[in-house]
Amino acid sequence: MIKFQYDRAADVTDAVRQIAADPEARFIAGGTNLIDLMKYQVERPPRLIDISRLPLTSVEETPGGGLRIGALVPNTDLAYHPLVEQRYPILSSAIMSGASQQLRNMASTGGNLVQRTRCFYFYDVTMACNKRQPGSGCAAIKGINRINAILGTSESCIATHPSDMCVALAVLDAKVHVTGLSGSREIAVVDFHRLPGDTPQIDNNLRRDEIITAIELPAQGFAANHSYLKIRDRLSYAFALVSVAAALELESGRIKTGRLALGGVAHKPWRSVEAEAALRGQAAGPETFARAAEIVLRDAKGFGHNDFKIDLARRAIVRTLTQAANATPQSQADKRIR
Amino acid sequence: MSTDVNRRDPLATTVAFGSIETANAQAAVQATAQQQASKSMSSYIGTPTSRVDGRAKVTGQAKYAGELNVAGLVYGSAVGATVAKGRIVRINADDALKVPGVLDVLTHQNRPRMADNDQAYRDDAAPESGAPYRPLYDDRILFNGQPVALVLAEDWETARYAAMLVRVEYKAEDHVTDLHAARGSAFVVEKPEKPRGDAAKAFAAAAVRHEAEYFIPIEHHNPMELFASTVVWSDDGKLTVYDKTQGVQNVQRYLCGVFGLKSDDVTVMSPFMGGGFGSGLRPQYQVVLAVLGAMSLKRPVRLVLNRAQMYGVGYRPATIERLALGARANGELEAITHEAIAVTSQYEDFSRNDTGWSGILYKSPNARYTHKLARLDLPTSGDMRAPGAATGVYALEAAMDELAVALKLDPVELRLRCYSDRDQNEDLPFTSKSLRECYRQGAEAFGWSKRNPEPRSMRDGKELVGWGMATGVWEALQMPASARIVLTANGHTEVATAASDIGTGTYTIMAQVAADRMGVPIDNVTVRLGDSTLPACPIEGGSWIAASVSHAIIGAADEVRGELLRIAKTMPDTPFADALAGDVVLTNGKLARAGDVARSVPIADVMRHGKVEHIERIKDNTFADISKYARNTHSAVFVEVKIDEEIGIIRVTRAVSAVAAGRILNPKTAGNQVVGSVVGGIGMALHEETLIDHAFGRIMNANIAEYHVPVHADIHDIKVIFVDEPDSIINPLGMKGVGEIGIVGVAAAVANAIYHATGKRVRDLPITLDKLQRQL
Ligand SMILES: Cc1cc2nc3c(=O)[nH]c(=O)nc-3n(C[C@H](O)[C@H](O)[C@H](O)COP(=O)(O)OP(=O)(O)OC[C@H]3O[C@@H](n4cnc5c(N)ncnc54)[C@H](O)[C@@H]3O)c2cc1C
Ligand code: SF4
Repeated sequence: MIKFQYDRAADVTDAVRQIAADPEARFIAGGTNLIDLMKYQVERPPRLIDISRLPLTSVEETPGGGLRIGALVPNTDLAYHPLVEQRYPILSSAIMSGASQQLRNMASTGGNLVQRTRCFYFYDVTMACNKRQPGSGCAAIKGINRINAILGTSESCIATHPSDMCVALAVLDAKVHVTGLSGSREIAVVDFHRLPGDTPQIDNNLRRDEIITAIELPAQGFAANHSYLKIRDRLSYAFALVSVAAALELESGRIKTGRLALGGVAHKPWRSVEAEAALRGQAAGPETFARAAEIVLRDAKGFGHNDFKIDLARRAIVRTLTQAANATPQSQADKRIR
Repeated sequence: MSTDVNRRDPLATTVAFGSIETANAQAAVQATAQQQASKSMSSYIGTPTSRVDGRAKVTGQAKYAGELNVAGLVYGSAVGATVAKGRIVRINADDALKVPGVLDVLTHQNRPRMADNDQAYRDDAAPESGAPYRPLYDDRILFNGQPVALVLAEDWETARYAAMLVRVEYKAEDHVTDLHAARGSAFVVEKPEKPRGDAAKAFAAAAVRHEAEYFIPIEHHNPMELFASTVVWSDDGKLTVYDKTQGVQNVQRYLCGVFGLKSDDVTVMSPFMGGGFGSGLRPQYQVVLAVLGAMSLKRPVRLVLNRAQMYGVGYRPATIERLALGARANGELEAITHEAIAVTSQYEDFSRNDTGWSGILYKSPNARYTHKLARLDLPTSGDMRAPGAATGVYALEAAMDELAVALKLDPVELRLRCYSDRDQNEDLPFTSKSLRECYRQGAEAFGWSKRNPEPRSMRDGKELVGWGMATGVWEALQMPASARIVLTANGHTEVATAASDIGTGTYTIMAQVAADRMGVPIDNVTVRLGDSTLPACPIEGGSWIAASVSHAIIGAADEVRGELLRIAKTMPDTPFADALAGDVVLTNGKLARAGDVARSVPIADVMRHGKVEHIERIKDNTFADISKYARNTHSAVFVEVKIDEEIGIIRVTRAVSAVAAGRILNPKTAGNQVVGSVVGGIGMALHEETLIDHAFGRIMNANIAEYHVPVHADIHDIKVIFVDEPDSIINPLGMKGVGEIGIVGVAAAVANAIYHATGKRVRDLPITLDKLQRQL
């Protein structure tokens, strides 16, 4: 870990001013990802700007019937918030499936979005990694890539975004509110993270001078028919090999709206508009679900160790959609899959 | 360590995740001559007793090797090699040395003198053949992560920061770290087990055959506590070393050898240990580096490895196991061939016995065992809980299950048909072997009779249910050890030996045995261990500490009692005038006539009469010659799995472990050991695997986020049964150790249950969902 200067941001404007002035500085919120990366020398910020005391910790209802979640709301508080549990249970569920109680207590909403990949080679500074060191190559493509991506990969990078929370945010069509030097803007969660392309060092579309201030959820929460299914190597405290968030709006057994997003398979939460179109108007049953899964995975590509994810994702999509349709969402407390 | 924190709690037989039944807890006192005497006394032995060091641990009073604060402490940080093999060309520490607070950077070029012969580096647990690794010795790189420099600084953060500024250039050489790639060059190592008959011929002629290869990957111990040493240098050049180790005297001798120091100049302390699982049997490199730092700066130095560096020490060797079993149609074995190919380093030949266990368990007129080693560019492999058995018996017991399927026999029935009452490797009877009882009680507690033998026949909703079982076996060892008892006139008893308590409960059982033998409440006993100046004790391994130390304590207590008797005979109106040593006991703070305890004299009166403040005796344990017997512990493990076949999620929902290990000193701590072992076995079966990128010879999951061990959610109901196993031969207490037996067979039972649930056989551990899916 390198020596760094530590400053506290007085308010959002000050935070933006400070980060804009020092392109190598980093915000620190819960620190559960950043500190780890600093210990591994992956991140070497000469300066940390502590935003953890900014008053971005409220969960408020919006005029449009949605919810606005401050960027510093701890993951635990968000998961247990009564309005979230009631109206957006898929978000509670996704958060609860992640990390451990202690980590969720520390982790912030904004930090969860910006957390970096868990690719083994990204973490080991002796290895070639285009994300960590652009142009150095990608050791994972021919290496131990069991946890890596099968969708949207590039020749430069096959990393995944590891968040569970973001997968639920993606199906909910959440928006990210950010503030920078030139003012505030909104980015849809589905457009927030990027595909690696030939610039895998850039994880997302947040600009250097921007801070996430809030997440906004639209009114539709799919509280009746939803499920988040996370598949991993042990029954808790492991990142997803594949996870699926499914949300359905049903009308007499037919799907009026269907949303589907995958985690653990791509550089971003993977939503398939095409698959969702294939759900629309169809009977909520196995054939429809299998067809949607086919569409999602049509262009999936494995790299050896992670080939299994393609078939696993197919089965998981069908199961999660079934859970959602039956209104029997996967409980994160029950380790048995429903 | 004071024992006043102890609470005797006979009802507390339940531990986390499990319950422990002690068929013999009450009836444990056996009628051997020696034990008659103790019958009238309160008996802590055999009674579930809470840890005497429990309160100190949970309140933080117990200080571990990396926690001891001394004035002027210097902090070290080790720099690890980034190639798997080669030479150091250049080390540039200029930038590191420029950092304020950095005191020095030690490398092979500027370190203090170290011995230049292999013998000096050979510790008690070193393999017999090979040249032990010498930390920071020369420019040669033997494994990735090997320490190449030690940064010493005024504080830990500075040391750690400067460590990343040390630049090392290497001349890399071709390396090999993949056992599968190197198996062709594996060489045979001699093992004591001799072949019987002609296994190949008998196999070819057998009515039913099973032959297959099994694989266990490299696993790391991952104890909670990191390897740490705090070395206190004093002006006269003497060293006091606080070390995380399973053997203080082993480290003491090792450091004397490596640094050419006199025995009096080095004291090694390890009062507490946050888990070892075998990783602390050998001195690890941090202790050498910390001593180098202390010697060169003439100041106290602490070095704590980080979690990633914990993967640069010993490990359970990856092993390919080939089994060929031939049987008659009735299930009686005709032929066993067991071949193992295991990993060792380029510089030492570490191996344990993987292949001979069938000779202890199952009758077969023909058997052949071969153990091979493949040399890889890795650190030397080492002992990890039940080394050799955890791997070898996994393969054996999975193969037995496959044979049972081929024979259409119940797996328990097959084992009973092959049951051997003699150790066939040595052709010896056992001191005791209650394995039949393990099968019976384990099966009954599990409900095995309700098992439908057909694979895929049992379901619970969406999940397939599988019931599997396996046998476990381990050695019942005892080693020379010595103990000291100091009795004070007020009845306080101090018992001491240079053992380690690696978390198994050694403090507690020492207190129990001493309290019983000295006739005092356990609260009046103080236990001292983990100090190299105490009476001699071997390293804490092989499950031998409890038996070894207990009998040394009994010997010392008997001598103290003898001395009290000698004095008491000189008292006026003594009731002991004609008494011999065996005629008296210590009970309730009194010296009393056995069988007539009313005729007694308080210990305090005896000592006042003799004008002695203390009576101190040191005694070596002695055991009768039992070389004409085989000595083993046994177990039967039953496991239930539930599997969501579509998704591949495997849950171990129930486990019953029925253990035969002689008399159980403390069912509570013993039960902890077995429950923990079962968890370890589930980890072997489903989770644990050190992943090496062989192109770089580098471990890629050297952290406990990505090296998976079971978490709470993976563990459900674990029931431990200690079956009654009287053993009047093995030692006076009739006891055997239980630190390792509990893990043996568990992985096989899980694998067998998975087969029963799904009809799919995955022989490659760990059984992850992708491997299962490949078969579906
Ligand atoms: C062992 C372990 C297991 C885990 N398992 C899971 C899991 O199963 N599922 C899962 O989803 N996650 C998991 N996590 C990740 C965890 O969710 C993230 O570490 C956490 O959400 C990050 O939040 P934080 O507030 O601690 O971020 P920090 O570590 O403080 O910051 C992370 C990054 O976000 C940036 N940042 C933080 N806040 C803002 C903001 N408001 N605006 C702009 N940038 C910002 C920081 O500059 C930094 O680059 C795990 C983590 C660990 C250590
Ligand atoms: S997959 Fe991406 S993060 Fe991983 S090594 Fe390749 S470039 Fe780096």
